[in-house]
Amino acid sequence: MSDISHVKLNVELQRRRSYVKPMNARIAKLRDESVNAEVKVSAERAKLVTEFYKSGVAKGKSIPVQRALMFKYLMEHVSIPVEDGQLIVGIRGTGPKEVPTYPEICVHTINDLETLSSRKNMPYKVDKETKELYELEIIPFWKGASMRDIIFEHLPNEWKDAYESGIWTEFMEQRAPGHTAGGDRIFKMGILDIKKEIGNKIEELSVNDPEYFDKLEELKAMEIVADAIVRYAERYAEKLEKMAKEEENEQRREELRQMAEICRWVPAHPPRTFWEALQHYWFIHVGITYETNPWDSFTPGRLDQHLYPFYERDIKEGRLTRERAKELLEAFWVKFNNQPAVPKVGVTLEESFTYNDFSKINIGGLREDGTDAVNELSYLILEVLEEMQTMQPNTAVLVSNKNPDHFLMRALEVVSRGFGEPPLFNFDGAIIKMLRQGKSLEDARTCGVSGCVETGVFGKEAYILTGYLNLPKILEVTLNNGIDPRTGKKVGLETGDPKKFKTFDELIEAFVKQLRYFISIKCMGNDIIEVLYAKYLPVPFLSLWIEDCLKNAKDYNAGGARYNTSYIQMVGLGTLTDSLVSLKYNVFERKLFTMDEVLIALSKNYGGYENMRQIFLNKTPKYGNDDDYADEIARRIVDILVEIVEGIPPTPVRKASRRVYFLPTTAHIYFGKVTGATPDGRRAGEPLSEGVSPVQGMDRRGIVAVFRSVAKIDWDKTGGALLNQKLTPDLLLDVENIKKMAQLIRTFFVLGGHHVQFNVVSAELLREAQKRPQDFQDLMVRVAGYSDYFVNLPRGLQEEIIARTEHKAL
Amino acid sequence: MSVILHSKKCTEISNHSVKGIIFDIERYAIHDGPGIRTTVFMKGCPLKCWWCHNPEGIELSKNLMYFEYKCINCKMCVKVCPTNAISFDGEKKTIDRVLCSRCGICAEYCPTGALRIVGYEVTVYELVREIKKDVLLYDRSGGGVTFSGGEPLFQPLFLKEVLKECKKAGIHVALDTTGYAPPEIFELFIDDVDLFLYDIKLLDDKEHKKYTGVSNEFIKKNLAILIERGRGNSVILRFPVIPEITDTEKNLNELLLFISKLKGVNEVDVLPFHDVSEKYDRLGMEYKMRGHKAPSKERLKYIKEKLEGVGFYVKIGG
Repeated sequence: MSDISHVKLNVELQRRRSYVKPMNARIAKLRDESVNAEVKVSAERAKLVTEFYKSGVAKGKSIPVQRALMFKYLMEHVSIPVEDGQLIVGIRGTGPKEVPTYPEICVHTINDLETLSSRKNMPYKVDKETKELYELEIIPFWKGASMRDIIFEHLPNEWKDAYESGIWTEFMEQRAPGHTAGGDRIFKMGILDIKKEIGNKIEELSVNDPEYFDKLEELKAMEIVADAIVRYAERYAEKLEKMAKEEENEQRREELRQMAEICRWVPAHPPRTFWEALQHYWFIHVGITYETNPWDSFTPGRLDQHLYPFYERDIKEGRLTRERAKELLEAFWVKFNNQPAVPKVGVTLEESFTYNDFSKINIGGLREDGTDAVNELSYLILEVLEEMQTMQPNTAVLVSNKNPDHFLMRALEVVSRGFGEPPLFNFDGAIIKMLRQGKSLEDARTCGVSGCVETGVFGKEAYILTGYLNLPKILEVTLNNGIDPRTGKKVGLETGDPKKFKTFDELIEAFVKQLRYFISIKCMGNDIIEVLYAKYLPVPFLSLWIEDCLKNAKDYNAGGARYNTSYIQMVGLGTLTDSLVSLKYNVFERKLFTMDEVLIALSKNYGGYENMRQIFLNKTPKYGNDDDYADEIARRIVDILVEIVEGIPPTPVRKASRRVYFLPTTAHIYFGKVTGATPDGRRAGEPLSEGVSPVQGMDRRGIVAVFRSVAKIDWDKTGGALLNQKLTPDLLLDVENIKKMAQLIRTFFVLGGHHVQFNVVSAELLREAQKRPQDFQDLMVRVAGYSDYFVNLPRGLQEEIIARTEHKAL
Repeated sequence: MSVILHSKKCTEISNHSVKGIIFDIERYAIHDGPGIRTTVFMKGCPLKCWWCHNPEGIELSKNLMYFEYKCINCKMCVKVCPTNAISFDGEKKTIDRVLCSRCGICAEYCPTGALRIVGYEVTVYELVREIKKDVLLYDRSGGGVTFSGGEPLFQPLFLKEVLKECKKAGIHVALDTTGYAPPEIFELFIDDVDLFLYDIKLLDDKEHKKYTGVSNEFIKKNLAILIERGRGNSVILRFPVIPEITDTEKNLNELLLFISKLKGVNEVDVLPFHDVSEKYDRLGMEYKMRGHKAPSKERLKYIKEKLEGVGFYVKIGG
């Protein structure tokens, strides 16, 4: 590399680093401790849960009450560490990044623990005691009894065949349903209010109700967990009071005393101040993530909305300054970063290869009454995000036409720092999606995005993601008449010998048949899993907070929420589109090759067919270039997927409507590994396209063409669609450029785009990071709906990110 | 091809199927005038500037470009070339540019796109349809379309028709021009263009002829016409800083003297030279500036300050 490029890289690197500046020494210390903490498996929860079930206390109790008593036992016995200098207490686990396990959901084998501990990327250290405990206590007790075991025992063979083939993944095989976010209920209600609600509800119950028993037991369980979280807070209050007595530093002593006071007040009572609101939420967050290991952790949702009344009042009454609010928020940020994802193994690890647990803080958008929701805190949160640059929490900037440009530009300024945050969402489009699904306008306006790009009504909806679907693999099975060529096993339907197809429509017809088949099996599996979770794993604590579980006296996992949705996440839209386009263009229309030739080339992974591959890559229309020829097919595929999935009747217990999302997390890497060469020129094993982005490097007509192509698809019929774009740093270098980018994004949203997120990083910097990982430990990049440390990513994912097209300033 | 050549009668014909030849359309162009723009690169230029950074725009006819890094040595091009202009010397491909008739057959057959024809014909209708695709972006950002090249005025008949359609659609038009056209042609466009990005290179005519191949008489004259018509405020001057050629004290002083008399003009974009040897290699064209250094930051700052000193708003890089 030349000296000049070195200088350029250093400038880029220095610039990136210069923006990380926690506001003061306290926060800097907390941040450092969090960022540098080693991720470990903490056996405490597993031990306590096992102890509880062995103790016999659960005997004779209903399942919800058993689960509630288990939660109570946890809240009474888990460690209550206080990080030195922290302002907010409570942590899931025995310390920062000490991650508990959930053996009742997924019991790790000794082999799992060893792999977790020794793997190069994303390790979870496991100490000897933990291993011993697992060997002697945890595994013997839970083996065959965990949800994972129960689920696999009940799933039919067709399901397992497709799963092993890599047609789909299953979200609930190691982690519990979650996929929801906090609404304003959390910030308005104390436990005592909730207990009143429970009491009233119990009184209302009538023995004539055929569900009387189920409802009563659920309500009893709710009561137990409500008391339990108050006990957890009291334990902290006691500890903090003791610490205050022993503290020598006067300022810290006073802080500890105040913290103890706060813990005496919340969560029993509704919060009164900004500080109390954060602590109150955090207790609930910890409770929910201790109860189970829900997907996407949990999130306070529209944080600028929820906190604003406290902020405004505190400032007015002189209790708070903007600086103090920022300090509290930054301390709050660290709390999220201290809770990495639970240890994942097997396919679940492959599909979600990250420590990131996807707590997503939303800002902007509209208020429930339809007015602009941007407030002072929206900006303050952007500032916190910019200064902290921690992997967690994630954020989402909700962009409505009613929001000022200034807000969007400020968000883009943060984007320009290059760590991948924040992503931008079309809020007005999200409302349309929610209304189409039958939500009330007011509820729709309280929606937001959680996880990666998943849209839901916050605080009122269970929008469960059930797993990724490998679209290109289904084409591969179609082209092999039902057989998976990787294993030689028949996994699909016999939809005809593709060599005999005379028209492109015949191919599409066969593909759609195959899709229908696989989606119906996937949904059948989802239904079985839903029934099992409803029966065996109620979540009374989560149910306290999501409307209308309490009102319905029904658990979150049994359909208690006001709205219930069940999603399948589609992966590889770009690869599939380009593959179909290639067959249409080269085989059926130009007749450049016969289907027979293409199938042979694919089976040989293009060995000896490089010219064909090059023609597919370079001389064939591609999705993402504003070329109707290709884009029309993408649109058609999405329409077909929506039609198939929505055509399947609602789920059995939750009566959830079925919908589609387009997002991959890291499943596009896993699916790529199990999918042979595809007719778009992709070689076997290479990653699939991610989200709804064009195939990596195939969008050659610039960012506007990408936006136009993507916006041709009717995303309003889906729950969301993830689009990644990579920009060179010069595109967001000054105010003028940022303004233009803001205008471009607004136009994209007007046209119907759902989401876009940016990597602002040069390919050279990423290459250099591959060469010298030790010097680039802090280099964060956008992966899918989240950011992660580049050097921690598996090589395949690193390459995939580098291969994404880089848009430059023209 | 005859329809696209110079024609004084261009205004008499109105036809959407008139064809022009362009070599690129760039969307989200953010340095070619105000707002977000679509820039249309038109082929053909009467000037042959030594430093031209779009050499693929110089000739009106199509060019064959060869991207060596994409070649996989399949030798398909050798097989299909009707004039035997392509040969392989071991691993290295040579294109005999004299024998090459630019028929494009090799590019059609080239599987990787290593061989590519630059320049394609479009009708007024086709081009305007492309331009209109981003109207929402222009509206929102105060942008529009920019015609660049090449010299857009080298295809006056075609350009005129396109501009008429842009006007009808209310699209802001910028013309990135060398200013070199017979004044009677140039005048026909004045009312169709909202903003002129007008190059001023060398003030000394002898020098101008030497480095661009043409006299600067038309250029000065056309600029004078713009000023006369009171359109000075819709002109942004563009000054390419070419070390030792345009960037001499003599030329700078003459430039200053010349432009400070231009009524209404208040912005100069300073465009620093950069080496584009690669492009010339791909075209098989001679490049007289190979290895020349870009002007230093200090030098650009000096020029900027000098221009600011006489009251201009100056941007580096346009």
